[in-house]
Amino acid sequence: MSLLEVSGLHVWFDPPHAAEVHAVQGVSFALDPGERFGLVGESGCGKTTTVLALMGLLPPNASAAGEVLINGQNILAGGEDSVQAYRWKDVAMVFQGAMNALNPVKKIGWQIAEPMAFHGVAQGAAARKRAGELLEMVGIPAAAGDRYPHEFSGGMRQRAAIAMALACEPKILLADEPTTALDVMVQAQILELLTGLSRDLGLALVLVTHDLPVVAQVCERAAVMYAGEIVEAGPTEALYHNPRHPYTRLLFAATPDLYGHDAVISIPGAPPRLDGELTGCPFRPRCDVPLDRCRDEDPELRLVEVGHRAACHRNDLVGAS
Amino acid sequence: MNGNKKAAAPATASAAGTTGPQPPLLEVADLVTHYQVRRGVTERLTRAPQLWVHAVDGVSFRLARGEMMALVGESGCGKTTTAQTILGMVKPTSGAVRLNGTDIGGLSERQLRPLRRTVQMIYQDPYESLDPRFRVRESVEEPMLVHGIAGSRAEREATAVDVLERVGLSPARMYLDRFPHELSGGQRQRVAIAAALVLGPGLLLADEPVSMLDVSVRAGVLSLLDTLRGDGDMGILMITHDLSTAARFADRIAVMYLGRIVECGPSAEVVRNPQHPYTKALLSVVPKRDPRERTVPQILTGETPNPISVPSGCRFHPRCPVAEERCRQEDPQLRLPAAATSPAHQAACLLV
Repeated sequence: MSLLEVSGLHVWFDPPHAAEVHAVQGVSFALDPGERFGLVGESGCGKTTTVLALMGLLPPNASAAGEVLINGQNILAGGEDSVQAYRWKDVAMVFQGAMNALNPVKKIGWQIAEPMAFHGVAQGAAARKRAGELLEMVGIPAAAGDRYPHEFSGGMRQRAAIAMALACEPKILLADEPTTALDVMVQAQILELLTGLSRDLGLALVLVTHDLPVVAQVCERAAVMYAGEIVEAGPTEALYHNPRHPYTRLLFAATPDLYGHDAVISIPGAPPRLDGELTGCPFRPRCDVPLDRCRDEDPELRLVEVGHRAACHRNDLVGAS
Repeated sequence: MNGNKKAAAPATASAAGTTGPQPPLLEVADLVTHYQVRRGVTERLTRAPQLWVHAVDGVSFRLARGEMMALVGESGCGKTTTAQTILGMVKPTSGAVRLNGTDIGGLSERQLRPLRRTVQMIYQDPYESLDPRFRVRESVEEPMLVHGIAGSRAEREATAVDVLERVGLSPARMYLDRFPHELSGGQRQRVAIAAALVLGPGLLLADEPVSMLDVSVRAGVLSLLDTLRGDGDMGILMITHDLSTAARFADRIAVMYLGRIVECGPSAEVVRNPQHPYTKALLSVVPKRDPRERTVPQILTGETPNPISVPSGCRFHPRCPVAEERCRQEDPQLRLPAAATSPAHQAACLLV
């Protein structure tokens, strides 16, 4: 049994005066303790919605179906009542732009101690002491807890946001674009911190990002999302050296590499709208090697080699590799 | 098409119309731009000393026609201030910015106006830089109206169509009456580029032109910039924090740290044979696409110091892994490093 098992997760939004938007369409993946897993894709592919669903933090106009099992318990089964017991204690999240969401008029230490009191983990002096320990854990001197967010640099605020997420000793940490607004040097510091935390605390990490090289450097496994679906998942090495979905291959080709010689090519077109019925493979209009059957048949995510799944009809061809 | 471009750009042609060797498109000479730190009542009453932000602190470089140069560095290194000074939006404290040989520092607002046509800027976020209530047509035609080169409505439209085709929005007539919200991020940035090109600039400043765009369309916008400087005499100065992009698309890279260029040279040389310890550290933390190429990043502790109190000697010495005693006292100047494999390679480090 895995620590976290997501199976057949669907999320759809029901905006007023508009058609339903199917943001996540049957996403499944599993995670073991200490594992670092990347969720990659372009904006609008459903990666953030997926992790928000795991936290039970979808907006009111969204509905979710499918299972999110933590140690075998479906946390979504009873809606808010059931997910509340797991949120922050088992699964915690560093939100996109979290470093800019700190309360400017409260001291950092207080902001880390507050959720502990709310969740009954620690109170008063004990909570403040624990806040100091958490700050040390993310590389900030405990005494800095007496300072205000504006006295911190961007990198330090992001560290504080990570400390806050760790307050209730979660087993799973969801990090949504944790380094997007940071400089490369600070990005490297934060990625090193996240890697260290997952190694030392056995924390399972879900890294949500549009940045393939970041995932390649940090995660052992990753899933590539497109139009609300996982189109390829497997070891990051396999995704780079042996991609089995054209989107993965083209996404790597569109990413410049420091020492790369090959031309950097953009992917023509744009992802499909998700507010109507899609027939066939959602990637077909942008695919460079479509087949006839891609027009009508949506390919299923299927095993192509051990631990490596892809949703492309080309993998069914004889001699496909 | 060439004729059309010329008609829209007499300023570029005339400014360069001198005899003898042509001056470089852009020459930045020992540029210094300091900002005054605002003093509050307490500071004034206690007569606290006036503090200065040393945003740009002695930067020199040249940009040739048809060349793309990348100014790379972390936030606060002065790359954006350098661009704003070149645009004439910020007055330099000292030093010179010469466009086609003309120093823009001594010019009045009125004299600057025709020169502004020759320098155009593309901003980071096409979601912010385009007026949401302007149709594509209006965004692209507005610069012509501002600079009084409008001509008739039909002429304006013809120029707009021409320039939209050039930036890859084709067929252009399909885009003319669209609003920004009807366009994708990449298309918006192309409209912003079209609005910059419509004046026929000789120099294009691109401030993080793709960092807000999706990975799949970034390459398209960068290739467009590459084509634009390639098929004309336009030079492009790209400001970016992304070394991989700079390495792939720019001819030359200049690495900035705390208001100075610490290393510059041909892109391949800077990336493959870095000499300055800061450049080496910066390159080591750039994530590679290939998971097998996981290198041990050489992570510098802390962050760029405050440009109000610049360290003595070499400004990088407090974070430098190989600093020696003399680095505290001596301020290194750019020079050809001993291990350089290109004569155009320069680094400001006492130890190279």
